[in-house]
Formats: sequence, structure tokens, C-alpha cells
Amino acid sequence: MRGLKFIIAGLIFGVVMSKSEAISWFRIQEMFRFQSFHMYGIIGTAVILGVIITYIIKKYKLRDDQGNPIIFTPKEMSVPRYLIGGTIFGLGWALTGACPGPMFVNIGYQYWAILIAVVGAIAGTYLYGAIKDRLPH
Amino acid sequence: MLEFLSQPWPWYTSGIVIAFVMVLLLFFGKSFGVSANLRTICSACGAGRNVKFFDFDWRAQTWNLLFLVGAVTGGFIAAEFLSNGEAVQISQATIQDLSALGISAPDGIQPEEIFSLEAAFTLKGFLILLLGGFAIGFGARYAGGCTSGHAISGLSNLQLPSLIAVIGFFIGGLATTWILLPLIF
Repeated sequence: MRGLKFIIAGLIFGVVMSKSEAISWFRIQEMFRFQSFHMYGIIGTAVILGVIITYIIKKYKLRDDQGNPIIFTPKEMSVPRYLIGGTIFGLGWALTGACPGPMFVNIGYQYWAILIAVVGAIAGTYLYGAIKDRLPH
Repeated sequence: MLEFLSQPWPWYTSGIVIAFVMVLLLFFGKSFGVSANLRTICSACGAGRNVKFFDFDWRAQTWNLLFLVGAVTGGFIAAEFLSNGEAVQISQATIQDLSALGISAPDGIQPEEIFSLEAAFTLKGFLILLLGGFAIGFGARYAGGCTSGHAISGLSNLQLPSLIAVIGFFIGGLATTWILLPLIF
């Protein structure tokens, strides 16, 4: 089954997000109150390793498992889009204590109340799609 | 071994594994970004008939939906087989700040005041989760990514737009933490 490798990647992600407590509302509060290094350690370690690995992939022009070159699409430059969109995202992130990944991991953890947030997130995505041409980008 | 795994894992373990997951997806020819799934779900539900933004071949994104299935399963495995049921070990300062808001010290992973079904089905609790989720979905698509796409993948590729997005994440998060939460609780 070709899709199995993606399920396994997601599974590893789900287990580690749970076990490092990154899916916890409390941990996100602690982060936004600057009262612990925990979340900064998680994101910082991932980014530092990510920078090194991305550099290596580009430098040695590594290929994926299908033999195609691994490409990184640069993001289009804009300030309002990322700043306003990011700020709205952040408002919700601190409120529910879960960004999209942990939101779904919480379903598996059987915190069923998070399903309300998932419905909200799908509705929010839909509204963005419906009015995007009227927003500053 | 199981007892060892049942303890909370340190931050560096998590950081290393998240980077590993990102690299794994790169070598599968994909890029790590969870919130794109929300757009895919809209499209799969037929939103493309009314809104152009959702009119794309969502089946090409099936891999990411499978990643999501894995993430849910991972949460289930962690809860059922790798948990000792201990409360989250957050700092004393956070416990004190939150108790001033009326949120009791951790008894598990999530606060009872928001995540228990009794709380979730009060008007206040329901709106916190619904509007919080709504802002996440709207903001993530507006900014073109969430924590995984911007903070992890984007910063790893030294993208300035991702840095601006992450600054936005913090402006919003700090506003909720320091302004909204005291008003709500």
C-alpha cells in the first residue's frame, strides 16, 4: 500500500506530540506566558535541525524516493497577509491551546470536545476561501 | 521499556522527531503542513462547486489526509498504551497565573474548564472552542500555513514570510493570553 508510509509518518508525529505534551492547552499557555523553555525547546530543536537538513538537501541536490529532485517552493513576499493571517491564527491557537496538528492528535487522545474546534477550523477555512479576494494580501 | 516510554518525553526528543517527520515527508516528495488538510476537507465535501478556492484536484492531497489519520492514531496509541495518566508538569508560575483566572491545576493533559464535555456544552465553553477553531482555520489559510508549514518547514528554509507569520502567531497568542483570557474567565 503506497499510502502506508504517510500514515506511519503521521503516527510518529501523533505519538511524539502527545508524549512531549505539545498537544496540551497548559503547555501553550506556559509558552505564551514565557514561563518555561519546554515549547521553545521543541520548536527550536526542530527548526535548527530543519535548517541544517534543508541546507544539506539543497547543497547535495538530494532526490526523493521516486527519484525526483526535492524542491522547496519559496513563499511569495507580503507583509499584511502573513502578519494579519498569523495574528488571527495566534488568537485561536492560544484560545484552544491546539494548532491544526495537535487538534487532530487530541481527537485520538479522546478529548472529544476538540471536535467543536475542528468544525470551527473547517468553517474558518471555508470563509477564508469565500472572501479571500476581498482581503489584503 | 513501556514504563520508560510512559513518562513524558523531554523537549529535545520531540524537536528531533518533528524534524525527522519533516525530512521523511520531504523524501516522500511532499512538504510538511497540516492545515492544508482543512482546505482539502472543504474541497472533498464539495465546496469547489461554490467557491473557486476549493476547486482543485483534492485527491492529489490524499497523502496528507493519510498523515492526519496517522496523527489521530498516534494520539490514540499514546493515550491508551503509552500514558501513565500523570498531569502535565507545567511550571508553578503558570499554575498560579491560571488559578487566578479560575482554571485549576492540571489533572491530565487538558483543563477540565474547557475540555470536559460539561464545559464544552455550556454556551461559553462551546464558543471558546468553536471561535478558537474558526480563527485557526481562517488565519492559517490567510497566512498560507500553520505551525508546521511556517514555524517548522518555512523557518527551516529561511523564509522571511514564515518569520512574519510566526511573529503574527505570537502577537495573536499574546493578545489572547493577556487580554482575552482575563476577560473571558
